[in-house]
Amino acid sequence: MTTQLLNTLFVQTQGAYLRLDHETLRIEAPDEDGEKELKLRIPLHHLGGVVVFGNVLLSPYLLGQCARDGREVVWCSRSGRFQGRLAGPVSGNVLLRRAQHLALSDPAITLELARQFVLGKVRGARTVLKRALREDTGDAATLEAAVGAHDEAIYRLRGADSVETVRGEEGQAAAVYFAVFHHLIGPIDFRFDGRNRRPPRDPVNAALSFVYTLVRGDCAAALESVGLDPQVGYLHVLRPGRPALALDLMEEFRAWWADRLVLTLINRKQLGLQHFEARPGGAVYLSETGRKEVLTAYQKRKQETVRHRLFKEAVPVGLLPFVQARLLARHLRGDLDAYPPFRAR
Amino acid sequence: MNDFSAHRIQSSGSPGGWRDAEVVPISALQHYAYCPRQCALIHVEQVWDENIYTLRGRRAHGRVDTPKGMTRDGLRTEHALPLFSDALGLAGRADAVEFEADGTPFPVEHKVGSRKKGGLARRADEVQLCAQALCLEEMFERDVPAGALYYRKSRRRHEVAFSSALRVETQEVIRKTRGLLRVRRLPPPVADARCPRCSLIETCMPYVVERLGDGEPNDETP
Repeated sequence: MTTQLLNTLFVQTQGAYLRLDHETLRIEAPDEDGEKELKLRIPLHHLGGVVVFGNVLLSPYLLGQCARDGREVVWCSRSGRFQGRLAGPVSGNVLLRRAQHLALSDPAITLELARQFVLGKVRGARTVLKRALREDTGDAATLEAAVGAHDEAIYRLRGADSVETVRGEEGQAAAVYFAVFHHLIGPIDFRFDGRNRRPPRDPVNAALSFVYTLVRGDCAAALESVGLDPQVGYLHVLRPGRPALALDLMEEFRAWWADRLVLTLINRKQLGLQHFEARPGGAVYLSETGRKEVLTAYQKRKQETVRHRLFKEAVPVGLLPFVQARLLARHLRGDLDAYPPFRAR
Repeated sequence: MNDFSAHRIQSSGSPGGWRDAEVVPISALQHYAYCPRQCALIHVEQVWDENIYTLRGRRAHGRVDTPKGMTRDGLRTEHALPLFSDALGLAGRADAVEFEADGTPFPVEHKVGSRKKGGLARRADEVQLCAQALCLEEMFERDVPAGALYYRKSRRRHEVAFSSALRVETQEVIRKTRGLLRVRRLPPPVADARCPRCSLIETCMPYVVERLGDGEPNDETP
């Protein structure tokens, strides 16, 4: 199950047709003369999921096979907006779903979960800042001070006695983090004056928003795969349409996975200003080639492995949401006393 | 070359200091101005009945088929332009924004049906358009005195001047919509002349709620 989950196939070629040939997935697309041309053949069992963008067709036999295998199929608009997901037969543990809801009515469990999610986030941010210090990328004194503020936040979080306090600490730590974030960015043509969204107003924020969307989608998928409802969260307030638990789970991945990826792409000049589009009035988005660049890097990053303190063997980054979702499910079912968020080194 | 330096925001928190949940989608304003329950059904209960009206509406909003006559020839026009106001806590998109020779933005909102003869439906369209203008004023730092509603069926452009009365009303609708999204409760149905033309009538069940209120189905007296 493991490595398969990593290999998500992203198809962006417009007019492509994906079909099943015995146990193999074939991708066909029209060539310049409009003739059908075989682009790729992949054994289906190598794939954990298929994500298609825009005008891409999948044969009914392929969809049927994917539904039976529990293989994920996701449809996105051409610009990368999530549209839908293939759902196989309803399964999963009803006791787990009930435990998920009951935990939300229990202030003590809710507080503990919220605390762990934020601890995961703040520790992740601290790791990113420490690494910047090691690599000597920004003003050392400023970064030291920010690391110190994160240490204090971690200390206070341990003693926080309400979810409101936890949320307050989270907000304060994020403010400190994003206030020094520009020290982590090398190229001078990329400026960063704080996090903004809806819409993003500069290239760094555009890239961050896009990668957060990817990680959030992976977290939601992981939660669904272990039988949890991605909308029933603890740190994030329930709101119609909001995947509160996916947002909870992604907190521990934000800094060291999403932010680091954006920083790497910019600092290694794999992303340049030419990969962004500025709309009149201030909104900025990744261009199609920019999105492609990010998706490729994101996919590659998912295949890299990291150490997980609870497991002997190294875990691929792309599997971490699944591992963490499973730990969360175990905790909710009473098998683990506490939820252990992932700790990056 | 791209210019990314136009907007600079302070270091922490969301721009304008709005919390996530407080940023109002511009489209919700039109819904609210027409009927608060319709707004709550769409934006709180998250129902979306795909019927002939909404289907036409979505197709009409597709960028590919900007109808002839909707925007003026010779003017620089931006389609599907992202809009925001940090001051008012608004976010959304404009179907089209024309830019006059002097750079003044002029929003054009696409509506499917015929030009509405005054009344609440038209006023709701005007409120939505005015909210777009408020965003454009903040984004481009210049006055936006007018815009237009384009009614596809009648192929008529109806020009709207953003009077101070309309601006006040729009701000009021923004405030009330934010309140509705905050409490997340479904207001009672209006059950009046608005309902037969509403695309959500089957989900809303305006008259069923009314009848239940009369105690009919629970009437246990012999």
